[in-house]
Amino acid sequence: MALPLYDSEKTRHPIADEIFSLYRHHHLLRELITRNIKTRYKRSVMGVAWTMLNPLLTMLVLYVVFSQLFAFSLPQYLVYLLSGLVLWNFFAQSTVAAMRDLVWSGGLLQRIFIPRALFAVAAIGTGLVNLLLALVPLVIIMLVTGAQLSPAILFLPVSLTIACMFALGVGLGLSALAVFFADIVDMYQILLLAWMYLTPIFYPIDILAPKYTWLITANPMYYILECFRAPIYLGILPDGNIFIKAIIAATVSMLLGSWLFARKSDEFSYYL
Amino acid sequence: MNSPTIYSHDDPVLQLDSISVRYRVLREPVTSIKEYALRWLRSKNSYADFWALKNISLSIQPGEAVGIIGANGAGKSTLLKIIARVLRPTDGRVRVRGVVAPILTLGAGFDPEMTGRENIYLNGAMLGFSRSDMNKKMATLLEFSGLGDFIDVPIRTYSDGMVARLAFAIATDVKSDLLLIDEILTVGDINFQEKCKIRINTYKETGTTILVVSHNLKTVEELCDRVIWLEHGVIRAEGKAADVIAAYEDEREQPIIGNIQVTHA
Repeated sequence: MALPLYDSEKTRHPIADEIFSLYRHHHLLRELITRNIKTRYKRSVMGVAWTMLNPLLTMLVLYVVFSQLFAFSLPQYLVYLLSGLVLWNFFAQSTVAAMRDLVWSGGLLQRIFIPRALFAVAAIGTGLVNLLLALVPLVIIMLVTGAQLSPAILFLPVSLTIACMFALGVGLGLSALAVFFADIVDMYQILLLAWMYLTPIFYPIDILAPKYTWLITANPMYYILECFRAPIYLGILPDGNIFIKAIIAATVSMLLGSWLFARKSDEFSYYL
Repeated sequence: MNSPTIYSHDDPVLQLDSISVRYRVLREPVTSIKEYALRWLRSKNSYADFWALKNISLSIQPGEAVGIIGANGAGKSTLLKIIARVLRPTDGRVRVRGVVAPILTLGAGFDPEMTGRENIYLNGAMLGFSRSDMNKKMATLLEFSGLGDFIDVPIRTYSDGMVARLAFAIATDVKSDLLLIDEILTVGDINFQEKCKIRINTYKETGTTILVVSHNLKTVEELCDRVIWLEHGVIRAEGKAADVIAAYEDEREQPIIGNIQVTHA
């Protein structure tokens, strides 16, 4: 039997090293995701049901506010709104959690070697579980409003993989920065708010005057959202051009995020 | 993958070659980007270097129990962190063979909102064990920690002693090749401390290497064969437990300038 050997001089490429140790710690990943889901609603009466109720109630509020404005141009506005919200919530919550969990995990990281990217991966995994739970009310809304479920929804695993890659890249980059600068956490919350309004979640893209459409086309979340929404709302596969741009956005995010993370991760325990 | 290992030869389980650790602290700490950038522009980000460990070389054989003593800030905990791979040394080389248990220290590592049982799963997973692996160990864990029905209550309701008992039970039930203990043996009642000592001694016999950091010199002397005395990040003395501890106590009573050499008898 080969003994695990740690030699501080023999380091592989930091990213390869991290992926290898992530695999070795898959039990821990599962426990962290279970913990995240359980503790989030631990003290609330309705527990995990909130994961489904939260987007549903947000949707109702937004519906009441915006339906007067956009309903005429968007048939099935509820489905449009809820599919956008579900994906946006996934992105916003999992990137914030990735950043926060690494900073709060200090105690664990001071006691035993665990791959530091595990917290970001667990945050995205938790977000994905929550997203899948939130699809339940979405399907119910579709059935109730008489929207058609098309076979195009079989494309959703691909859309979700792209969304996860994009969120993981952003989460890794942010968490590496947040270890050194605590104010990243607050700045990001503000940025998220602006980013949400710049993403066509509750309005159709064509309400923007042509001179402002670049605001949308420069936003990577637009492509990621469209890949997710087209199979649900329109019942078709996403446009090829949009799909390619979503893949580019996800790849760039992953590369940048993991590069920044790997470069800084050895210094984390000096700062946490 | 994580089962204990029987050594048939005398390769060191732990080898440190000229380890140094530098903590680099901003003279005036900044945590905001604005401040950092402003100072960087004026190149006013000056650092103070603090060497927590300087040029430490050490070799430990399987089954050895080694105590680390010294005043606060001597670098004892930093040394444990280097061995646990939690900190990467600024200079020098660390080699560790085998499975290292989480550093046993007070408080950290448990999620207060989760029950004792859930924390057992979480801590087991840190060592690479699945839920079903941990379920098999649950009976002995419960017996050793003596937590009884408290095992299904959130940790935030536990006393310090209960947390320590759980931590010790987990870290030692999952058998590892290297056990790192940082001041945890001083909590809990006499009964529990005795239980810990018995367990540590059983492990020594089966080849687990143990490093103990403690201010309680009596405990160190009882448990350890060898003792290392750290002072300001360097090894001041090293040798048989009784000798080093005697020298350390001597100096604490009346500070002497100069080097005390303690050698193996």
